[in-house]
Amino acid sequence: MAILEILKLPDARLKQASETVEAFDQSLRDFVADLEETRLAGPAAVGIAAPQVGRFQRIVILDVSGRPKTSSHGHLVLVNPEIVHWEGYAMGREGCLSVPDYTGNVIRATQIRLKAQDPDGQVHEYEMEGFEARAVQHEIDHLDGLLFVDRVVSRRTDLYRRKVYQS
Amino acid sequence: MSDWNLLTLVGADRPGIVARVTRVLFALGCHLGEASMIRLGGNFTIMLMVSGARSEAELLAALAPVAEEMDLRIHLDPSHGGLHHHLMPNYQVRVMGADRAGIVADVTEILAEQGFNILELESDVAGDREHPLYIMNIQGYSGVTLEALRDSFSALSKRGVSVDVSPVDVLIG
Repeated sequence: MAILEILKLPDARLKQASETVEAFDQSLRDFVADLEETRLAGPAAVGIAAPQVGRFQRIVILDVSGRPKTSSHGHLVLVNPEIVHWEGYAMGREGCLSVPDYTGNVIRATQIRLKAQDPDGQVHEYEMEGFEARAVQHEIDHLDGLLFVDRVVSRRTDLYRRKVYQS
Repeated sequence: MSDWNLLTLVGADRPGIVARVTRVLFALGCHLGEASMIRLGGNFTIMLMVSGARSEAELLAALAPVAEEMDLRIHLDPSHGGLHHHLMPNYQVRVMGADRAGIVADVTEILAEQGFNILELESDVAGDREHPLYIMNIQGYSGVTLEALRDSFSALSKRGVSVDVSPVDVLIG
């Protein structure tokens, strides 16, 4: 187990797209353990994505269960996650381990359906809403080389500046 | 990086103000920090954190030609704050009502009584001339509960001002 170094902006590697995980082996499980230790070591992050520690594979850890009154699937390790359905949108404030001391408002879908594998390669489907849906969209963005700062909008004028998601 | 100044600038809005002012500051070797720049009425307004080894007099002297040419009023305050003093809001207050004098004082007095620290406030007048609608959006921090904050507005709500208080959740991921 080890706490990994978190890449921070303006590190260009954060803008890189990550690759599909093919091997569900011990190396993957070891990495997930390190990634979780890294998430817990920093400021209360509800999620972390592999590229944030310089591993460019489609792996995300998510856990919003510590937050009161929040619908949640508990602690999730999502491998090759894919959002297959979006609905609604809402604005919310986000920050990121890779962008210290900055928060901004981002529009996200409020309800999603997600398909992902677990660390053993089993496929699962999840219906997510609200905070958990927002968190997973934030993390999956990392896998595509996007940061929340790429999506920040001004409350006053930019609300409809760009489409939120293209599927 | 110390010796920050807060530069305030107001002038009739036109293209090029930000470019001209920041070019002068860059030429002086200044660094820029947090900024709020927005058009209010027909004015363009800038509040900008500026640092550098230059004295207040030097800064003002260097900006004088641009201020003269673009008809800008400039003001400089020494600031001991520096950067990285962000406070996170935990509540958002949305206010809406038929425009009348005193709405802002009414709302913000109640907030002050609840120990609410306003971190950001923006407001606008919508509607038409006959029926102006005042809209205000406040983000800030208070240690009281959501219920207490909501209850504190009940009297004002009966007077036709809609006040919606919601928690601000900052997601760190």
